[in-house]
Amino acid sequence: MLKFFELIGRYFLLMGKVFSRPEKFSIYRRRIVYEMEAIGIDSIGLTAIISIFIGAVITLQMCINLESPFIPQSLIGYATRETMILEFSSTVVALILSGKVGSAIASEIGTMRITEQIDALEIMGINSASYLILPKIVAAVFFFPLLTILSIGIGIVGGYLIAIATGIMIPSNYIEGILIDFRPYSITYSLIKSAVFAFIITSISAFFGYYAKGNSLEVGKASTRAVVAGSVVIMIFNLILTQILLI
Amino acid sequence: MIRAEHIIKSFDGRTVLNDISVEFKTGCTNLIIGRSGSGKTVLLKTLVGLHEPDEGSVWYDETNYTQLGFMERKAIRKDIGMIFQGGALLDSSTVEENIKLPLDLFTEQSEEEKMERVNFCLKRVRLENANHLYPAELSGGMIKRVAIARAIVMNPRYLFCDEPNSGLDPQTSIVIDNLIHEITKEYNITTIINTHDMNSVMEIGEKIVYIHEGHKWWEGTKEDILHAENRELNDFVFASAMAKRAKGM
Repeated sequence: MLKFFELIGRYFLLMGKVFSRPEKFSIYRRRIVYEMEAIGIDSIGLTAIISIFIGAVITLQMCINLESPFIPQSLIGYATRETMILEFSSTVVALILSGKVGSAIASEIGTMRITEQIDALEIMGINSASYLILPKIVAAVFFFPLLTILSIGIGIVGGYLIAIATGIMIPSNYIEGILIDFRPYSITYSLIKSAVFAFIITSISAFFGYYAKGNSLEVGKASTRAVVAGSVVIMIFNLILTQILLI
Repeated sequence: MIRAEHIIKSFDGRTVLNDISVEFKTGCTNLIIGRSGSGKTVLLKTLVGLHEPDEGSVWYDETNYTQLGFMERKAIRKDIGMIFQGGALLDSSTVEENIKLPLDLFTEQSEEEKMERVNFCLKRVRLENANHLYPAELSGGMIKRVAIARAIVMNPRYLFCDEPNSGLDPQTSIVIDNLIHEITKEYNITTIINTHDMNSVMEIGEKIVYIHEGHKWWEGTKEDILHAENRELNDFVFASAMAKRAKGM
């Protein structure tokens, strides 16, 4: 238990170092752009593929489970939209990206630690935590909400395409459904969640990488720990944010 | 001048440095030698501030470095250059970006001035035209030379080298040693080199400190080392059969 609190304490100390005044903002701006490409743009493909299939699967399952003359077919489109907006595009995509982005960050920073690159930055008088971690956090917090919007759009299109491809429901009913009772606040809720999850993924992964010790085996372990811890914290914050923002 | 006073450093209850006091002179290549695991690297990292001593203090000229706060240390660190064992170049940056980084962060020079300085340093280590290569594309010797270029780009007053010859062939090792020695003299730097390479000791060692099991066991010059009576030092210096024959052991 003591070790757990020590871990949390070290995490907050590191965050204090990360958010201390940057050396020169122009350098950070360049690094943020670089990280946006590495963390954000490189994740578009994965997000798109997963979202289109999940949108299609949700629509299929809804069709199968809501097959009743008393339930209008348009509800299937509505349910697909709500599932994508409220849960899938923010939470599930975050969990998937926690694996992809989180492990990459932990491995990159962990390798820098064991090959003394971080020591080299410190010797130069550079705040290594801020220089390495802050651009990743900023890039992810900015880009993950964009990925969420993309995921929502593609997921809904996936549901529409499966309706056309299989004929399991009338596509116009699906379109009608996705327009029913739309509340823009749901999007806001989803975007807030994705921004928070982006912070969790990048900061926790960076934390485990930054304090990696030993050899490449340890970097691998740090990477695994980062993904596990990040995923658990995402689920906890999913619950907290839902309670705060929706109820 | 860099001075260590009664340095004690332990890790998990194991004492790695035990009451080490030593002075390293300006304009000299000071060598710390000793077996693997003797505490050389810990001593070097303690001197440079990457490890905090449990007891004792480190002085940079008249400044007690150990007692300085983060911002004051940062000011001194701009006067420090360090060459790490593996080079420690940033993998995601080119040679040019690696060398230019401290200039980007800590100077207000124009891009032209910075590039002029980068190219000067690359020329100094005889690596012209390597600007756009990534560390993965460099040989071991080239990595060390880029690390030297990066270490000197800010005109440091203090230069630390952690086993600069490790993993290099004897000829390249001599090139690296001579380069460090020349730079030390040229810019009147306080240079401290960690090594267990006896060629380095005999080539460039002006002041030599022998560390044995965390203690300062011996200190002297390269001329003294050949005639030293210290058994542990002799076991280390004349470890090879060839060296033993040369000394008549």
